[in-house]
Amino acid sequence: MRDDVFILGVGRTPVGEHWHLGLRELAAAAIFEALDDAGIESVDALYVGNMLSGGVNGQENLATLVADAAGLLPVEAYKVEAACASGGAAVRAATLAVASGAARVALAVGVEKMTDGVGETVAEGLATAADQDFEASHGFSFAGLSALLMRRYMHETGAARDDFAAFSINSHRNAAANGRAMFREAIDRDDFRRSPMVASPICVLDAAPICDGAAAVVVASREVLRSHHRPVRIAASAVATDTIDLGSRADILHLRSAAVSAERCFRHTGFGPDDVDLFEAHDAFTIIAALSLEACGFAPRGEALRFATEERIGLAGDLPMSTFGGLKGRGHPVGASGTYQVAEATLQLRGEAGPNQVAGARRALAQSVGGHGSVAVTHLLEV
Amino acid sequence: MKTARAVGIGGYGAYVPRYRVPTATISAAWRPHGATKPAVAEKSVPGADEDVVTMAIEAGRTALGRIPELDPRTIGAVWVGSESKPYAVKPSATVVAEALGITPATVAADFEFACKAGSEAMQTAVAFVGSGMTEAALAIGMDTAQSRPGDALEYTAGCGGAAHLFVPADQALAVVEGSVSYVTDTPDFFRREGAAYPEHGSRFTGEPSYFEHTLAASRRLLAELGAQAGDFDHAVFHQPVPKFVVRASEELGFTAEQIRHGLVAPRMGNAYSGSSLLGLAAVLDQARPGERIFFCSYGSGAGSDAFAFHVTERIDERRQGARVADYLDRRREITDYGHYLRLRSKIRRD
Amino acid sequence: MDLPRYHRLRGAYYRLEGRRCTGCGAVAFPPRPACRGCGGRELEVHALAPRGRVHSFTEMATAPRGFDPPHLMALVELEDGPIIAAQLTDIDPEDIAIGMEVEMVTRRIQEKGPHGYLVYGYKFRPPVPRGEAS
Repeated sequence: MRDDVFILGVGRTPVGEHWHLGLRELAAAAIFEALDDAGIESVDALYVGNMLSGGVNGQENLATLVADAAGLLPVEAYKVEAACASGGAAVRAATLAVASGAARVALAVGVEKMTDGVGETVAEGLATAADQDFEASHGFSFAGLSALLMRRYMHETGAARDDFAAFSINSHRNAAANGRAMFREAIDRDDFRRSPMVASPICVLDAAPICDGAAAVVVASREVLRSHHRPVRIAASAVATDTIDLGSRADILHLRSAAVSAERCFRHTGFGPDDVDLFEAHDAFTIIAALSLEACGFAPRGEALRFATEERIGLAGDLPMSTFGGLKGRGHPVGASGTYQVAEATLQLRGEAGPNQVAGARRALAQSVGGHGSVAVTHLLEV
Repeated sequence: MKTARAVGIGGYGAYVPRYRVPTATISAAWRPHGATKPAVAEKSVPGADEDVVTMAIEAGRTALGRIPELDPRTIGAVWVGSESKPYAVKPSATVVAEALGITPATVAADFEFACKAGSEAMQTAVAFVGSGMTEAALAIGMDTAQSRPGDALEYTAGCGGAAHLFVPADQALAVVEGSVSYVTDTPDFFRREGAAYPEHGSRFTGEPSYFEHTLAASRRLLAELGAQAGDFDHAVFHQPVPKFVVRASEELGFTAEQIRHGLVAPRMGNAYSGSSLLGLAAVLDQARPGERIFFCSYGSGAGSDAFAFHVTERIDERRQGARVADYLDRRREITDYGHYLRLRSKIRRD
Repeated sequence: MDLPRYHRLRGAYYRLEGRRCTGCGAVAFPPRPACRGCGGRELEVHALAPRGRVHSFTEMATAPRGFDPPHLMALVELEDGPIIAAQLTDIDPEDIAIGMEVEMVTRRIQEKGPHGYLVYGYKFRPPVPRGEAS
């Protein structure tokens, strides 16, 4: 990046079933909070991360809708789509705009309004992240494809289903303390064990919920910084891709896009996995959390489940994960989740995470994964 | 009937779905205190993802696989005989031809003549190859036989069929000695456009229908060939219920041994257009070079096609892939009438 | 899946037609305009072996719209290399195992209601066991 880019403000709506709020209201609420947090009234560019507005809400040209709703017209605005990584990709777009000098202040907002879809509309929408010709049209759903990864992982490592519980237990524990999380109750290993099957071996408690939410991040160049700001620097930002269909990958258990994007962040900054104080992982399914840990170099291949003990990934551990509840506990409004991760990591680095605070956090890695690893966006934040 | 040049079967393939419903399951639902014992013990049921097109493709693949030296693109005709076509309008045969790599330079159509549609396709295939119009023609008889819930037909209406690929006699595993057809207007069984299930004339389907046409066509062919029942090693008939086959064959002078290999109905029910073609495939699975096979179909409406075949030494090298017995032995029993209704799309969620 | 798309895909759906790179020989399915092995752009139609082994599998608790239960999905590693995503059929969920041998069949892969068109394509199932000739 040519110029330093800083996060000056963040906004997050509560995540849940917002029957009385639409795309406009959700996005605007997150934007208002982020602008107020930054003490800024106007921006040069708006990037809207979203996956399903066309298929589920029948609304494209989404960024114009959002710009109008938030009173930002005639701002430059367009939608950024990278499946479940859309929210992270919007932050990346805003970062590039500022780093290039094209914008002084840019706004990334991730928004998803999933509960507008009834019946199987949402599941069909989510499946569009897979190869439509050769996966989705054959009935391969979001959960189904993750289940193929999980079954293969268990086969190759000898892991049992229960071994994946640690990720969900950790996410729910952290979500319970987060006033804006969807699930405010902790779960234990028995809850996990009793959870009904979705796509064997994936159970309900392996999987992030369908929900609504929006999160926003204001990014700006150094010249915009004022004394009242508590800036968090975007030390690195990277996107990488892999085959859209699972089968064509050299090794389905290696999330190459996640590995490459994390590696680019590490190479750019000179940091490594050991320098990271917390990891906002894409725990849409427990198996994706495990594969992300391995792809980013936090755990060796096949070791993620042994790595993921409470002592390690809890808030007081060496590598706290999903500190506000992650996709599993806070909720996974798909195209917004990547923006939530960056907003939550920012609060951690500012020391404003309240009961979810990771003591002394200085560097955070936020990674948003789309299409079971066909695209990944990684941000390394620093104070 | 004789062709300008000699013709025979170059490859054949059968198909029977994996599922079986015991007829006791149907009795339990509809006549728990009924006295009549069903004509067959169980019948074949298609999987939820199966229909005449998918079944015809599998039988056709086996048929083509048994004569690998034949380039599918030289097949000049594909006919699918069925009374349970997935589409009322849209040929099944084009899907089959496409899947088997036969398209585009081919004739393709679906035949309908109740249970005689498959043998009608055989007659036409023999004519196409026999006239020299094409070097190979694929005739398929296949059905997911329809029957109204609770009707007498429901106890026997099974699923399956076979594909027979006709080629010039010098490449054949069984050469056609001759054939006849015999038809009249006999309304013993029908299904009106748009109706889900066929209607039938009950006892009228017997004497004036099945027996009249089967016996007449068979006798004509024997007369044309100057042959007796005893000259044949095997005999195959259309199989609505096993006892019809036993009675017709006895009247013609065939023995239980002659009909043994071709009688598949007791293990799968009546596969309508697929029934006699599947019986012929079962016989070819067992036949030895030099043997003679007698064949007579029956279709309501009504008519019969009779054929005589002479088995060649090529038979021994054309038996790759699954045989009829393998399909009959591959069975997964459905004992829940609701599950059966769902597999037959008699209840659906859309 | 809409009709034009299904029609365009029939070579792959009916005959497992992928692509083979004329430069390095790498086989690809789904078909792609560029070779993933060497980046070559000269690829020819190549029908894949219709046999393979189960690489992974799952059973959906509920079948999606247009599909019937049990809805069984797998990654199948074909004899000539590619791993493809396909439904399994003619098998009970409890009998599926990683590594088991399967073969291609053509089945309905989607149905658009009782009045809609039918989408036919590849699925995989255990080979029909061959008994001894009697």
